[in-house]
Amino acid sequence: MESLMAIVVGILYATALYMMLRRSIIKLVIGLILLSNAANLLIFTAGGMTPAAPPLVPEGMLQPEGLVADPLTQALILTAIVISFGVLAFAVVLIHRAYEVVKQDDMDMMKDTDR
Amino acid sequence: MMLTAVFAGFVLAALAPWLTARLGGRVGWLFALLPAAIFVWLAGYIPAIAAGESFYYHYPWIPGLDINLTFLLDGLSLLFGLLISGIGTFIMIYAGKYLDGHQYQGRFFLFLLAFMASMLGLVLSSNLIALFVFWELTSITSYMLIGFNHEDEKSRKSAQQGLYVTVGGGLALMTGLVTLAMVGGSYELVELLGSSEVVQEHALYLPILLLILLGTFTKSAQVPFHFWLPNAMAAPTPVSAYLHSATMVKAGVYLMARLHPTLGGTDTWMIVLGLFGAATMFTGSLMAIRSSGLKSVLAYSTVMALGTLTMLLGVGTPTAIAAAVTFLLAHSLYKGALFMTAGNITHETGHKDFRDVGGLRREMPVSTLFGGLAALSLAGILPFFGFIGKELMFEAVLEANTIGTLITLLALASGIMTVAAAAIVGLRPWFGVRKPTKHTPHDPPLAQLLGPGVLASLGLLLGLLPFIAERSVLSAAALAIAGEPVELKLSLWHGFNLPLLMSAISLLVGLTIYWKWDTVRELLQARRFIDTLGAERGYDAIMRALVVVSEWQTRVLQNGHLRYYILTTVMTLFALLAYTILTRYPVWPGVDFSGIELQHLVIAVLIVLAALVAVSTHSRLGAVATLGAVGFGVALMYVMFSAPDVGITQVLVETLTVILLVLVLFRLPGFLDLTEHSTRLRDAIVAVLMGGVFTLLLLMAIDVQFFPSISEYFIEHSYPSAHGRNIVNVILVDFRTLDTLGEIFVLALAAVGVYAMIKLRAEDRKEGDRP
Amino acid sequence: MKIESSIILRAAGHFLLPLLIIFSIFLLLRGHNEPGGGFIAGLVAAAAIALYLFSMDIQAARKALYVDPRDLIGGGLVLAVLSGIPAALQGKAFFTSLWWPVELPLLGEVKFSTPLIFDIGVYLVVIGSVLTIVLNLAEAEEKS
Repeated sequence: MESLMAIVVGILYATALYMMLRRSIIKLVIGLILLSNAANLLIFTAGGMTPAAPPLVPEGMLQPEGLVADPLTQALILTAIVISFGVLAFAVVLIHRAYEVVKQDDMDMMKDTDR
Repeated sequence: MMLTAVFAGFVLAALAPWLTARLGGRVGWLFALLPAAIFVWLAGYIPAIAAGESFYYHYPWIPGLDINLTFLLDGLSLLFGLLISGIGTFIMIYAGKYLDGHQYQGRFFLFLLAFMASMLGLVLSSNLIALFVFWELTSITSYMLIGFNHEDEKSRKSAQQGLYVTVGGGLALMTGLVTLAMVGGSYELVELLGSSEVVQEHALYLPILLLILLGTFTKSAQVPFHFWLPNAMAAPTPVSAYLHSATMVKAGVYLMARLHPTLGGTDTWMIVLGLFGAATMFTGSLMAIRSSGLKSVLAYSTVMALGTLTMLLGVGTPTAIAAAVTFLLAHSLYKGALFMTAGNITHETGHKDFRDVGGLRREMPVSTLFGGLAALSLAGILPFFGFIGKELMFEAVLEANTIGTLITLLALASGIMTVAAAAIVGLRPWFGVRKPTKHTPHDPPLAQLLGPGVLASLGLLLGLLPFIAERSVLSAAALAIAGEPVELKLSLWHGFNLPLLMSAISLLVGLTIYWKWDTVRELLQARRFIDTLGAERGYDAIMRALVVVSEWQTRVLQNGHLRYYILTTVMTLFALLAYTILTRYPVWPGVDFSGIELQHLVIAVLIVLAALVAVSTHSRLGAVATLGAVGFGVALMYVMFSAPDVGITQVLVETLTVILLVLVLFRLPGFLDLTEHSTRLRDAIVAVLMGGVFTLLLLMAIDVQFFPSISEYFIEHSYPSAHGRNIVNVILVDFRTLDTLGEIFVLALAAVGVYAMIKLRAEDRKEGDRP
Repeated sequence: MKIESSIILRAAGHFLLPLLIIFSIFLLLRGHNEPGGGFIAGLVAAAAIALYLFSMDIQAARKALYVDPRDLIGGGLVLAVLSGIPAALQGKAFFTSLWWPVELPLLGEVKFSTPLIFDIGVYLVVIGSVLTIVLNLAEAEEKS
């Protein structure tokens, strides 16, 4: 299963980078969204994807029985998802502001506006 | 007490601008109280240290890294400490008057006091790291003081030059000191002093020695780094007198003397120090009689003295060490006096060149007396203290065996030229024809005469009664340098011998040169090639190259195209990852497609397809929809592989992201195909390569487990210790609370940033704040 | 946002908002033992208000929230930091968790604890941040 996911992650990274290398601002945003999905999935996959119980301790027991999924990667991704939303919002608004000020969505043209 | 003594200077420095603004130039007398008090305190140690004791103080600083504030007070640090505080006292008084009414006098005292404290810290530190920190502090304060007249371009340039040269050497010094500590097993000087065998037989001895010497040579203006010192004369005279002759430039000499027991005595040490020292001595004295500026003659003669000291430390025989400590003390006394006198001449007449002054003895009789006394000591005339130092120096070079003949000849030559220089300094301004001056000169007030007077008189007093210096500090200092007791036998009269003959020759020939000085100087100045010697051209070339390189790299790297930045970053990452993977992990990672169920495959294909559509679509709505599909597909993956919390979060965030995109994205123009086909192909190749590397990386990460996972701990302890059954939540709010705190701060900052960006434009619209 | 939303959406917004808020609090409190917790609960509450915003208008959404979302961010951060202090006062490491089990009606035994306070802080910061972003963007949209 991990091998399959590794390929999915690779493709997500490739699409994200391709979009980030475009000149259009909007494509950069799409690239960012894909990139954060790719990164989260990368961490998740690295934690192992064997079928296992969720990381919960059943009622009446001190420790979970049998194999449970890695809770640490889950905790990492959980916060990463929320933060990437915040950062995405920041980036999107920044880009929007930039567009409003320079009236230009071609980033090659934006380069010349600070002169 | 030790801490107070070292750090009081910094405290007083912080108050200096305020005090100076309140009290004006008189404040010099007040500031002088601090070095005077330190001098008295240090002098109290003289009896014990003269008896062979040493004192060690230990204050913990960063004990975990074996870095502590430790201080060592022995003969050597006592000698330097007394010089710094003693001369410092007179410099403070002098500077109070010399810069009276200057706009930035407060700032001047700030730097000067901070320098004094740094210098004291440097010579008293026993910990190598602390010593290095003080070392760099002296470089920085020196930079501030050389560039004191910051409106003058030459000052700024000289200050920069001094800083770059000394700090550049400091970098080498730091490397050398850290390596020395690793080899010697301690950062403590007191321990390193006893480990010379370990260090000298270690394979890294030569690198250590050369790195440390690079630091000391730049600081002490040894050839080929001597060029910065004469340029540093752009500083006000008290600075030249204090930093650039009596104290800071001797820091390099101090460190070489300090490390002599550890590093010294080898052939390399002898040859490197001996040759570079002798070359510096010769160059300094030659340049001294080739120049005519009041300060530059003195500056070059300081270069000569620093070279002499280095050379004597290189020779390293008991006589050489005795000569070194004697010469050091003598030089500090007369050079401090001469600089202050030169400052007085400029102050009174407005002239800065020996060619423009003459016959001032009638108007400035006291200055003539003190300047003359100091110059006699510089020339090494009987019965001045400088004579004893010079005699011992000749004796030492005659004894030196390895490179003895060469350095003896150089010593004689520079002795001759030094006499000439002393004559220029001591006779030229005072005697001969009275030349017209810009101002009518008078003897300056007491504050400006006290320093030259005391220092010059000491040169005579110690010459007549050398045992005072010998028994108080010089023997102890020589003991600390040699690592064993040294008999100094300081006396004026050694009988008729070879050193005396050399003295006589240098006196006669030197005076002859002075007689024909104008001819000699012009002859020397006509030899332009001398200007090209030394590393100043190299320094200039490096500075120019730096500018060229930075212009070039800014043009190339900071080209203003975001996508080239990303491309550069990605390609660098790709190269590093590919290199590491190929070299460190030769086995191809295993690929295992077993155990894949249909629903997993379907979702995986869905994610991939949605991503590909998002990349290729020309419709914004299509892009948002397919991005949503990617997000929900990923969320399903989380849920299917036992991550309910993550899955829920992903679904919720995905929903909010759609709202966000709807609110903003549709107010931007539609998609544009701006790039050419070939560029897109290039980007696609880069993207696929990078994606492939990530796939490979992930496969390897799964394949190898380098460390046992810390997750086991969380799983085991979640309920028993943290009373929580949801292990993910327990990690977030209990085990790793501080991380989570940081994360919510990031989220909050992003929100505040968004708020600010939206509201910023309210400036030119209606103020729309809270409803 | 001048969207003429349908009556059904308006009605749904009216009824769903309180339900979703209560649900989010439920998620928050049970988060230590079952899936849930401050992040998820915060997102649910924020999404609920965002939904309300789309069904009504900004004024209504702000009114439903009672406080400015920016105050929620500040309050949440302060609460989160404060939850570390009791342990520090007892001489333990900052953020060491402390527990006081309390019996509550309806919810059963709730273990009142510093991690819970911290989680409430997270909850508030998430609501505040998301709504600061969404509400202000919507406002900007309306003005233009």
